[in-house]
Amino acid sequence: MQLQVNGQSYTVDAPPDTPLLWALRDVLHMTGTKFGCGVGLCGACTVHLDGEAVRACLTQVSTIGARKITTIEAMESDAVGKRLQSAWLDIGVPQCGYCQPGQIMSAAALLRQTPKPGDADIDAAMSGNICRCGTYPRIRAAIKRAAGL
Amino acid sequence: MIANMSRRAFLGTLGAAGLFLVVGCERRAPASGASGATTPAKYGADSMPHGAVDDPLAFVHIAPDGTVTVTCHRQEMGQGVRTSLPMVVADELEADWSRVRVQQANADEVRYGNQDTDGSRSMRHFFGPMRRCGAAARQMLEQAAAAGWGVNVAEVEAVNHEVVHRPSNRRIGYGELADAASHLKVPTRDSLRLKTPEQFRYIGKGEVRLIDGPDIVSGRAHYGIDTVIDGMFHAVVARPPVYGGKVTSYDAQAPLKVPGVVKVIEIAGTPPPSEFWPVGGVAVIARTTWAAIQGRNALNITWDDGPNASYDSKTYRAELEQAARAPGDVVLDRGDVSSALQGAARRVTAEYYIPHMAQAPMEPPAATARIVDGRCEVWTATQAPQTTREHVAKRLGLAVENVTVHVTLLGGGFGRKSKPDYVVEAAVLSQAMDGAPVKVTWTRDDDIQHGYYHTVSVERLEAALDANGRPAAWLHRSVAPSIASIFGPDPQHEAPFERGMGLANVPFAIPNLRVENPAARAHVRIGWYRSVSNIPHAFAIQSFVAELAAAAGRDPKEYLLDLIGPDRHIDPRTLNDSWNYTESPDLYPLDTGRLRRVIERAAKEAGWGRQVPAGQGLGIAVHYSFVTYVAAVVQVAVNEKGGIAIPRIDIAIDSGAQVNPERVRSQAEGACVMGAGNALASEISFKAGRVEQSNFNDYVVARIDAAPRDIHVHLVGSDFEAPLGGVGEPGVPPIAPALANAIFAATGKRIRSLPIRDQLAAKGET
Repeated sequence: MQLQVNGQSYTVDAPPDTPLLWALRDVLHMTGTKFGCGVGLCGACTVHLDGEAVRACLTQVSTIGARKITTIEAMESDAVGKRLQSAWLDIGVPQCGYCQPGQIMSAAALLRQTPKPGDADIDAAMSGNICRCGTYPRIRAAIKRAAGL
Repeated sequence: MIANMSRRAFLGTLGAAGLFLVVGCERRAPASGASGATTPAKYGADSMPHGAVDDPLAFVHIAPDGTVTVTCHRQEMGQGVRTSLPMVVADELEADWSRVRVQQANADEVRYGNQDTDGSRSMRHFFGPMRRCGAAARQMLEQAAAAGWGVNVAEVEAVNHEVVHRPSNRRIGYGELADAASHLKVPTRDSLRLKTPEQFRYIGKGEVRLIDGPDIVSGRAHYGIDTVIDGMFHAVVARPPVYGGKVTSYDAQAPLKVPGVVKVIEIAGTPPPSEFWPVGGVAVIARTTWAAIQGRNALNITWDDGPNASYDSKTYRAELEQAARAPGDVVLDRGDVSSALQGAARRVTAEYYIPHMAQAPMEPPAATARIVDGRCEVWTATQAPQTTREHVAKRLGLAVENVTVHVTLLGGGFGRKSKPDYVVEAAVLSQAMDGAPVKVTWTRDDDIQHGYYHTVSVERLEAALDANGRPAAWLHRSVAPSIASIFGPDPQHEAPFERGMGLANVPFAIPNLRVENPAARAHVRIGWYRSVSNIPHAFAIQSFVAELAAAAGRDPKEYLLDLIGPDRHIDPRTLNDSWNYTESPDLYPLDTGRLRRVIERAAKEAGWGRQVPAGQGLGIAVHYSFVTYVAAVVQVAVNEKGGIAIPRIDIAIDSGAQVNPERVRSQAEGACVMGAGNALASEISFKAGRVEQSNFNDYVVARIDAAPRDIHVHLVGSDFEAPLGGVGEPGVPPIAPALANAIFAATGKRIRSLPIRDQLAAKGET
């Protein structure tokens, strides 16, 4: 089947029930999208489907169709994504960094919908993303910085 | 051909290039430090396998274009070590940080010194050696420049990536000097001119950005689980659900019907004590991880659960409580506790329970191995590269030299990745696949259900209060299965290193004090979890101090200071603490003045004693661990339904001088979040020998909405003359008791059992 990933079309040879996560990682070798739980509980695999944040581990490739998949690898060429990445570096958010691609993808979807998020908006949009290192205070600060708050 | 491994490709270039001029293409004999001097006493880094190496030839390369490459031999798992250790070298080297690259060392302790990244000791043990590496390389560059100019070396000076001769105003870049410098003798240790702290460019400043930051935020960072090798297979393993269990039967054919599944392979397990070896099970090899998981679901395995089949957390808790109510091994005995307790006007007793937990790093364990011509290469996220190398070699029957361990970034470690069982699995499976590359991935369920768990413990404390409400006697019994049980016959008692984590080394000026450790048998693999036994010991002791303060009708902070007593240095040997975090008891006494200062700082910054809104409270706790002093004041808000929020934490940390204060802050912030998450929600429990939790739905960890909101980190520093303390772990232990104490202040309810979960919920509500 064909998948539209980061503006390019890829032919993916995988059974239809394969989660997008494993198609990205094991077939296309795009490893920026991380495996954390496999059942939509941690957010490490967050990608955008037509701009909306989804968990790649719960998204079967057969259900995607022509919708555009955007992964962390494309955030540098995304205005909101780039602002978030800069804020992440300015504030020194990452510790181990493993969850941060998923955090940034969730934050990008948030800012696209809610350009000036309050704390409750951030809680609602980001509480599906686990960071075991505990970088939450800096994630919150970096989102506000990227939003110009 | 290895794809997706830019860092490794970069290493390959370094190694292969003949055009590459380096400071040090050859290294002299390794061992106790290049510059000769050996320390007779085995403390600090010297007490660890392969000690410390301070030879610039092992750590510093300078290319003709001036690019400085510093090798980092400790593993990055979020503490910032790949930034901070090379930064130390760069500072002493007078290098321009923008021209410094970092390469990760493979497992090779003979070359680099100890690589076990645990115990909060990377900076503590290698600040000195890395400074010496940088200074030695700087002096070699100065010598090369002076020789080239024909001037006295005393007239030249290395400044910001070049050597300057002021009298003639000549200057020459490091790149141009590298070749000549590389032929000079490495200066002896006693001839090194280390910088004074005023001369530091980067050390102590906190202005250097994370070296891996850009790779992390763009998804380019390479963790163990991200390894991709052309033609590699993916594997998942079905492991015995009970520690010590074995496979009885399984369907070897059904998985092969799943598209993409290639093979089913049984892995021989090591019965308890299983140390770092695989526990065995059945592996499914496939073309993708997903296919392997589907194949595993079809195995239909039956297990012989073995001797731990009846392990049950509820029953076990009762056993621990029973044990804590009777005398045990005496850890420390001062004065006459029995008489003082009997003669007391008032006695206070409390029992605390701290459950098993799982490290659950966001990157689950994963490793890739291949074997070509009798040589095994692995790529993995490990805290213990050399241990990994030795275990892979032993299991495959290879010489250690024929095993290469490439270390990637770690997506969290917290102690889990100190145990290379998952790497040995990958090596065994590659061998079974005729050496083809195989990546083993642990699913989250695997990680939660087959881990090395934080111990579970009951801590029982009893005190006799005198007329002033001060303890005349203090009796503490700690009962917990030991990590030592994975290495040999179960000792059933806490090992010296566990007793040294806040059990024996109590800083209180109490005349009659006894600490005991009754027996407890392990039924699961017990392992290090960030801060280890400090978590239960600190929770119990610091909660109990607040309970005594309440019984005495006194302010908890003043009471705590009163128990600690006058400023003094306590020799850990007088507390029967033979371990002292591997540090010299002379260099690292327990300094009660430093303990007092972090308490006072945290209290002051938090506005201790201020009025808080109804339903809120402040709690304080202090704990000394990893030779660092940390106090925290937690502000809690409890709503009418018993829901808990943490609007603010003030945490004061004295780890000596802060080499990279920015990363010390981030570690302290993370410790507050993890400490709060531990206390609020995290529990692993067992029934019929099996873990009852399976993923982040029932193994609950902190999320952004429930995490402490406003964290204020206060660095209580000292100068660079004093020895360094640890940073990664000591922030965690005081958080849980400070939270419990805050809850008591807010509600009058005393939390004695973790996690807190819904204990504050009104009856009928959860």
